[in-house]
Amino acid sequence: MTGFANAGSGIVVRGIAEAVVSNRAWLSEIDGKIGDGDHGNNMAKGFARAAERIGDGDRLDAAFATVTDVLMGEIGGSMGPLYGMFFSDMADVVADEEVIDPALFARMLAAGCEGVMAIGEAKAGDKCLLDALVPAVAAAEETASEGFPVMLAAMRQAATDGRDSTKDMIARIGRASRLGERSRGVLDAGAASCCLILHALADGVEKRLT
Amino acid sequence: MQRLLNDPDDIVDETVAGFLRAHRDLVRLSDANPRVVLSHGCGEKGRVGIVTGGGSGHEPAFIGYTGRNLVDAVAVGELFSSPTAKAFLEAIRAADGGEGVAVLYGNYAGDNMNVKMAARMAAKEGIRVLTVVANDDVCSAPQAERGLRRGVAGEILMWKVGGACAARGASLEDVQKVAQAAIDATRSVGVGLAPCTLPANGKPNFEIAPGKMEIGIGHHGEPGTDVVELLPANDVADRMLDIILADHQLEAGDEVCVLLSGLGATPVNELYVLYDRVESQLETREIRVHRSFVGNYFTSLEMMGATLTVMKLDPQLKELIDMEAESPGLTVRAKS
Repeated sequence: MTGFANAGSGIVVRGIAEAVVSNRAWLSEIDGKIGDGDHGNNMAKGFARAAERIGDGDRLDAAFATVTDVLMGEIGGSMGPLYGMFFSDMADVVADEEVIDPALFARMLAAGCEGVMAIGEAKAGDKCLLDALVPAVAAAEETASEGFPVMLAAMRQAATDGRDSTKDMIARIGRASRLGERSRGVLDAGAASCCLILHALADGVEKRLT
Repeated sequence: MQRLLNDPDDIVDETVAGFLRAHRDLVRLSDANPRVVLSHGCGEKGRVGIVTGGGSGHEPAFIGYTGRNLVDAVAVGELFSSPTAKAFLEAIRAADGGEGVAVLYGNYAGDNMNVKMAARMAAKEGIRVLTVVANDDVCSAPQAERGLRRGVAGEILMWKVGGACAARGASLEDVQKVAQAAIDATRSVGVGLAPCTLPANGKPNFEIAPGKMEIGIGHHGEPGTDVVELLPANDVADRMLDIILADHQLEAGDEVCVLLSGLGATPVNELYVLYDRVESQLETREIRVHRSFVGNYFTSLEMMGATLTVMKLDPQLKELIDMEAESPGLTVRAKS
């Protein structure tokens, strides 16, 4: 089973940061419809700062840890602790590994997802980032034996479908949950940013494989 | 966007910098974290520390209530966004004088997570932390689900009471108990007339059509319960008071503390117009206003509108509300 080197893969995280920064206005706009409209700004600020601190040769786990430091230490909000846990728990899984193969990658994603669930009180179906993350993790786990190209495609598709599924949901967590029926008809900003992150992660890994 | 800005990304740092210069007689910045503001009496030995924190854009909340017999340390977040767990932790460390720290904050997902993480880290350092979560915003959830309601301007009265109780040398458990009693005795309702704009977004976060008002609106523009025609001020006041009275058992002979705050862009004179009606309507119900606060106490950037907060007083709450306190946002002198 082929994999990619942990060393030098910090650059993947820079790609994630670019995706977040370039979607800043879109994320804030979605958030503004049923939340408070700060999601894109805070995410962009955090990821831009993290990207500046990621060196060319950084390992993947080191780059994840840099993101966590910025999100938990400088950004806050809801997304600080949620994504902070996501990246820190992913970093823990790969920290001692030199090569990341599909099975390890799937385990890494699952650990990140568990980290999010441990700090927050949400679950899939609540109209939150888990609605993109949980199916993406499941898709990765199911297809890991088929190699990276198949797995990453499945993960992307599951994340996109999961994100889109939040449109018809009623929010049960966060500020939008107080809206009840009025939260229907709009994408969840957290699911949207999570989908972006997972796509950018998949794109970055693909480039490392060649 | 007609706003006084430099780079929107610097707005919180610049707000804190100006605030510290303007109020250096009462507050200072933490040496350890540039997003933590301290009172000069912060960390006093033998006294329970009071900590709060929240997103920026609500000035004078939250930093403005740092002061004597009020809040000791405040964690500062980005605009409308919770402070980091690290900022809350540093505020807790600074406020601890050996008797523990009460973190009195509002019910928002981000604040809940960041306070939880900070309290966990503080406990590892041997600092005792108890929390009280304000949930005074009546329209944000039904009464049966009070625990889901947001915290709004009632937090100020909770800080006032908690800070006074701590200043008297009460134990951490007693400070928590009285702060909880304070918020349990408090109800708030907001009315929005025009939306607010986060400078980095450049356009309003939500819409309120001209000629309309939104009843029950939240402090970040979270939608309320009704969008109706903009009514004359007396009718707006009546509607707000009705919502509070329907949720809050107040009877003839009760005494209350009333806080009427602008949301940022409503002229202060209009707040007095509302207040005149609120107090006169309370009088007709034989509910006596013991103390009132009218002005911009808890804003939402340049949102137009107001929040009405009513706290039912018992002898203990009355004494603590009346205790002298001094901060940039609130000064209370003893009643003569």
